[in-house]
Amino acid sequence: MNKINFDNKVIEMKNITKKFGDFTANENIDLTVHKGEIHALLGENGAGKTTLMNVLYGLYEPTSGEVFINGKKVDVTSPNIAIKSGIGMVHQHFMLVETFTVVENIILGMEETSNFGVIDIDKATKKVEELSKKYGLYVDPNAKVQDISVGMQQRVEILKALYRGADILILDEPTAVLTPQEIEEIIQIMKNLTEQGKTIIIITHKLKEIKQSADYCTIIRRGKKIDTVKVDDVTEEDLASMMVGREVSFKVDKKDPEIGDVVLEIDKLVVKDNRGLDIVKELSLKLNKGEILGIAGIDGNGQSELLEALTGLRDIESGKVILDGKDITNLSPKEIMESGMSHIPEDRQKRGLVLDFTVAENMILENYHKEPFSQRGRLNHRIISSFAKELIEKFDVRPQNDKQIAGALSGGNQQKVILAREISNDPEVLIAAQPTRGLDVGAIEYVHRFLVDQRDRGKAVLLISFELDEVMNLSDRIGVIFDGRIVDIMDAKKADEKTIGYLMAGGGAEDESE
Amino acid sequence: MKILNDLGSIIGITLMYSAPLIYTSLGGVLSENAGVVNIGLEGMMTIGAFAGAAVAYFTQNPWLGFIVAGLAGGALALLHAIACVTFTADHVVSGIAINFIGPGLALFLTKMLFDGAAMTLPLDLDHKIPRPLNGIFSSISVSNPVLVKIVNALNSIFNQYATVYIAFILVFAVWFLLYKTKTGLRIRSVGEHPRAADTLGVNVYKIKYLAVILSGILAGLGGAAMSIAVISNYRATLISGQGFIALAAMIFGKWKPQGAMWGCLLFGAAQGLVVHLGGTDLKVSSQLLAMIPYIITLIILMGFVGEARGPAANGEPYEKNQG
Repeated sequence: MNKINFDNKVIEMKNITKKFGDFTANENIDLTVHKGEIHALLGENGAGKTTLMNVLYGLYEPTSGEVFINGKKVDVTSPNIAIKSGIGMVHQHFMLVETFTVVENIILGMEETSNFGVIDIDKATKKVEELSKKYGLYVDPNAKVQDISVGMQQRVEILKALYRGADILILDEPTAVLTPQEIEEIIQIMKNLTEQGKTIIIITHKLKEIKQSADYCTIIRRGKKIDTVKVDDVTEEDLASMMVGREVSFKVDKKDPEIGDVVLEIDKLVVKDNRGLDIVKELSLKLNKGEILGIAGIDGNGQSELLEALTGLRDIESGKVILDGKDITNLSPKEIMESGMSHIPEDRQKRGLVLDFTVAENMILENYHKEPFSQRGRLNHRIISSFAKELIEKFDVRPQNDKQIAGALSGGNQQKVILAREISNDPEVLIAAQPTRGLDVGAIEYVHRFLVDQRDRGKAVLLISFELDEVMNLSDRIGVIFDGRIVDIMDAKKADEKTIGYLMAGGGAEDESE
Repeated sequence: MKILNDLGSIIGITLMYSAPLIYTSLGGVLSENAGVVNIGLEGMMTIGAFAGAAVAYFTQNPWLGFIVAGLAGGALALLHAIACVTFTADHVVSGIAINFIGPGLALFLTKMLFDGAAMTLPLDLDHKIPRPLNGIFSSISVSNPVLVKIVNALNSIFNQYATVYIAFILVFAVWFLLYKTKTGLRIRSVGEHPRAADTLGVNVYKIKYLAVILSGILAGLGGAAMSIAVISNYRATLISGQGFIALAAMIFGKWKPQGAMWGCLLFGAAQGLVVHLGGTDLKVSSQLLAMIPYIITLIILMGFVGEARGPAANGEPYEKNQG
């Protein structure tokens, strides 16, 4: 690691404290980053990593503390000052104008102009192309952002920073939205950049990627700095326990399943996507009581449409769905729910919760019209509140306040609210779609234990996830979906990653379709 | 060959009635591309119509009236900007308030300045906005009767006040501003994704203020294009609903200047038809005929708004310090 220049401290943050009202997001945090290093900031959601970086980038003013950039004390009161000091930030939710072209997005705020403020788009395009070549960040300069892949959008974001002359790049959760291939690419890009003298800070809670890319790692827990470690000297388990504050196990403890009768039967299901094309193609599947059936597959092979069809959110063109002996094909979501199926949706913020409602209101979304929550059309808030409090206690939702607005909860706690609500119906079949997406280690552990618990109570769980590790760890049986069909189902104990990966990518599909 | 005559007169009237709408609609384009919904256009247009007519009457200078009309619209727009941008008020509520303030203030000032009358005194024909190309084709002497008809038709098409030509020049100017200049790029970025613009050091508030004030200036000019060109004074019923029609034209035109222009021409044509039919011996009540532009507005909004997509952050107040 000779590329790191230890004499050159490009960033020094000293004693940074940031308070929002009574809440202390950062407490006396120190951070030192040397030129040419990839420095990871590790912490659970809400630990204060992003807050710290927003302070560095001038989006927040620190309550107290000092920032030194290249050895000089700087009052970073606005992003402009940060940009001038050579800092660029790539936000977790991309800050791109969808209707603009790649070039327009890159030059916005620092436009290349000829006379009278007229934009010289050719000159700008050339400049972008040069940068793109120099750092190996391929983009199509004239494409509109809304038409390009997420991976390319991220490269646009990095180019935006480089275009402004950034030497220090802050990447907030750079891999959260990427496919495995794109993740490898971005790690390679980060290494290229540091070889060319740039310094990178990544905010993340993914341990694997820290091990793959970072030189140093600073761990933050509940707003306090725990330690800065050399990544080569620690294991993933060490990092995880520093982050969470206790031992974490990656393996899911579970006993052997007691598999019962078939409870859900899907027979030759055909579903169309939004463009009107068949995307689920005569898919058949049987789910038994007391098992977790995991569906592995790459995004876009019909998973979303399958679960929408099962839960009544999308029309079934042909085929049948039988739940516990009852035909639930094309029933309304409410009827399906009342027949004993519950659903943890893929997008918890859009489909799982009404973000502007309180936790209590979210918890009775499915049963608000029933006794005792409502009597003769009037909601009984006292009963709703005590019901919610009970669930909050049981599922350890934090903060423990049933009047809290759901949108203000962390991702893990939002997911707990959904779990609590769905399970209060005591469903025979639980469909869990991407149940741990975007959650941190502690919350993932919680969700996994919950799903296993559900199975141990003799209920059936259908798990749809793009995280192969998750499917392999949790499932009793694994089905692989490709191009709208289940191409194979295997016993999880006998499954290996390679075979599944091969099937997910369409290997072996030809023989099936013949 | 009566049809040629009719066509000439309908096109002429269409252009005349479209012009005030085009100014105002362009104002809407600017404001909404910067993310500020501006239903206050009606009120801004009204105050412009009054200010234009009053100043032109007292100074006997229509151009001075035209400029002051723009300033009056801009001043009212400043109020809208203060409410919506600085105090993050709901844009529609603020717009409604503007729509009460505009006509109210105009009526109050009219009564004050014109001895309690509800309308300003009319301008002499010489003191209205000039008609630069009037009769330009008459100098061509032709004898063929068909050609004479064509010349007459052309004459009635180009029998336009200068404000009409300026309106079309402004369509190009606003298009150029929005799509070719740095200011335009920033205006559109602020309407689509203000936080992205903010993180790149664009002053979101400043850009929004600029766009809203420009929109008021344009709406004010639109009002004056009515009161000192199409007719020659201001009265309370002069701008009844035209600001809203301009807004509908903007939506019809998918928030683009050239699109808004086509929308305005369509509504202008409806108005032209009303005026033209009113002049014939058709036995339809003039009140019913006068409904045509509004009915077209309704039909178009039903038919097109569903598919139209405005700027992504249109109507959303932007607050800097929210995570």
